Amino acid sequence: MPSKGKIEVDIVRCKGCELCILACPQDVLALSDTFSASGYYPAYMKNPENCTGCALCAIACPDVAITVWKEERKGDLING
Amino acid sequence: MAEKTLMKGNEALAEGAVRAGCRFFAGYPITPQNEVPEYMSWRLPQEGGFFIQAESEVAAINMLFGAASTGIRVMTSSSSPGISLKQEGISYCAGADLPIFYANVVRGGPGLGNIAPAQSDYFQATRGGGHGDYRVFVMAPNSVSEMANFPKRCYDVAFKYRVPSMILADGILGQMMEPVEFDFEPVDPSSFPEPDWAIGGDASGRERRVVKSYDLRPGRLEEWNKERAKRFERIEAEEVDWDGEGLDDCELLITSYGSCSRISKSAVKMAREDGLPVGLLRPITLYPFPKKAYQDLAKRVKNILVVEMSLGQFIEDVQLSVLGKVPIHFHGRPAGGIPTAEEIYDIVRKIMGK
Amino acid sequence: MKIVFEKTNGLTEVPMRYCPGCGHGVAHRLVAEVMEELGVTKRTVAVVPVGCSVFMDEYVNCDGIQGAHGRGPAIATGIKRSKPETVVISYQGDGDLASIGMAETIHSASRSENITIIFINNAIYGMTGGQMAPTTILGMRTTTSPAGRRAEINGFPIPMCELLSSLEGASYLARAALDKPAHIIRAKKYIKKAFETQIKGKGFSMVELLSPCPTDWGMTPKDAVERIRQEMIPRYPLGVFRDWEAEEKAKKEEKAAV
Repeated sequence: MPSKGKIEVDIVRCKGCELCILACPQDVLALSDTFSASGYYPAYMKNPENCTGCALCAIACPDVAITVWKEERKGDLING
Repeated sequence: MAEKTLMKGNEALAEGAVRAGCRFFAGYPITPQNEVPEYMSWRLPQEGGFFIQAESEVAAINMLFGAASTGIRVMTSSSSPGISLKQEGISYCAGADLPIFYANVVRGGPGLGNIAPAQSDYFQATRGGGHGDYRVFVMAPNSVSEMANFPKRCYDVAFKYRVPSMILADGILGQMMEPVEFDFEPVDPSSFPEPDWAIGGDASGRERRVVKSYDLRPGRLEEWNKERAKRFERIEAEEVDWDGEGLDDCELLITSYGSCSRISKSAVKMAREDGLPVGLLRPITLYPFPKKAYQDLAKRVKNILVVEMSLGQFIEDVQLSVLGKVPIHFHGRPAGGIPTAEEIYDIVRKIMGK
Repeated sequence: MKIVFEKTNGLTEVPMRYCPGCGHGVAHRLVAEVMEELGVTKRTVAVVPVGCSVFMDEYVNCDGIQGAHGRGPAIATGIKRSKPETVVISYQGDGDLASIGMAETIHSASRSENITIIFINNAIYGMTGGQMAPTTILGMRTTTSPAGRRAEINGFPIPMCELLSSLEGASYLARAALDKPAHIIRAKKYIKKAFETQIKGKGFSMVELLSPCPTDWGMTPKDAVERIRQEMIPRYPLGVFRDWEAEEKAKKEEKAAV
């Protein structure tokens, strides 16, 4: 089954705090094992097929590093 | 507008500021300047301005910081202990290049001191007052008319150079009544264009602006301070003011500022009546200090007598101007002591051996 | 697929320099999103405090002014009274708002100054390196209470929403936490209501945000948000403490009942 959502992490902004991982109910995210130019291990989609596009990761992210896409449905709100 | 009105010094100061375009006043009660906020509390609303009694002097100066950031003409006033409390905020205004105007109706100190007139806040006024490298444009009126007319000049300088400006008065000037003649027509501040640094209001169609006094980038704050220092250099070159009398032929120069210069003037008159060549130099701006006037006179006079209502603060600027070229004598009365013309004249005669 | 979450235009492109897991980033985002959603970014001034968030003016896309420690409400008062059409927010930390600036906080609330305060309560002085704050909870170790805050030496933490709620002028007071998405979504609702309170001219509004400071708490970001749940929320309960709208409604109903 194709995933219902996807995210993109801005690795310039991400500081690897893991709060997105804590927030994700679908175990989509993990920290990369290569560090970014800013010196952090940024988050990435370890299990992209699980993503529902719920945006909880982006809501928890202190660095506004996450953009979220979701399959179109009526009544969805932008940024919660 | 040659019509003269009898006014109290503090009220003349307030009315002068309103006519010069002041539309925001924040203050806190302290004697002997209470007539200023009292007057502003009813007068400013008449002009569509805003008066607020703050919870402290500290809050008052920070309200001024906020109001000044919107580009309008603002004012606060206080007396010595209250001005001390305001120094932090004045430093922030200087650091953020915000033009403000305030008045210190000086009383006796240090500490709570007393409520008598004094000139013991000279250092604080002329050296900036708060932390950091900056100065304040300082005017020292010696009459109620000047209390009324100097706020306009303070605003003009403050806005031209983006610096704080102040009037250094004292309890005598604040409390006495004299006929006042305004030397300018009331200013309509709504006719001023909005400064290109002002924040707030409708910002559509312009870049966002930030008012601040900090810069952590290496070297930037140094550059900023140097740029500000250049503005102070221009103030020193262009905004100095002083007056005097008997300067053409005097052998002894008395020098005083503010209300004390009125008393010294009487001593000069007594000396002249006795045929003694005595003159008076009175700085009108204390910063910038009229150094050149002193340097020119130092080439001709034999003695200088500094008279001030403190234990010796103003004298240091005279010394720095004259650089030891002429003997400088001193008569100071601190903490509410007011010199009399007679006691000044006695000293004059001793110096002159008469 | 369509975008359901992206960086708001209320924020600039500058990446925030806060520590990993710091709550300031979330708080800035919520403020910026609310400005954009209410269409007031171009007439908002953010008064930014002394502390880590002194750089806030680089991150939010509105006018800014940075003043002295604790004086935000006084500065905001000066701006609001000079240009009343401006939306003025004062963003303050706990030391700023509840210690050095307590007088300004209380008096701006009692005047019902038509401004909005965003109060970041992380129970510590962050930028200076983790000293005890007025809101540090009992037992919490800081660099100036190394054995943990003790009431007999340091007094008790100050609950600001409760303290201000007794003032007639406090029109809207609410406390939220930035520990998990559900609480963050609630925080945004509170901030939006606070902005609306000001825009409608209803007077003083303040939203307190319990916020993590992993670095000065000596914790991982995950442990820091857990501390908010375990230690801070019990001491600082979440919710709305004053709401002018609910109070107006209650008054009307009372009248109708009489």
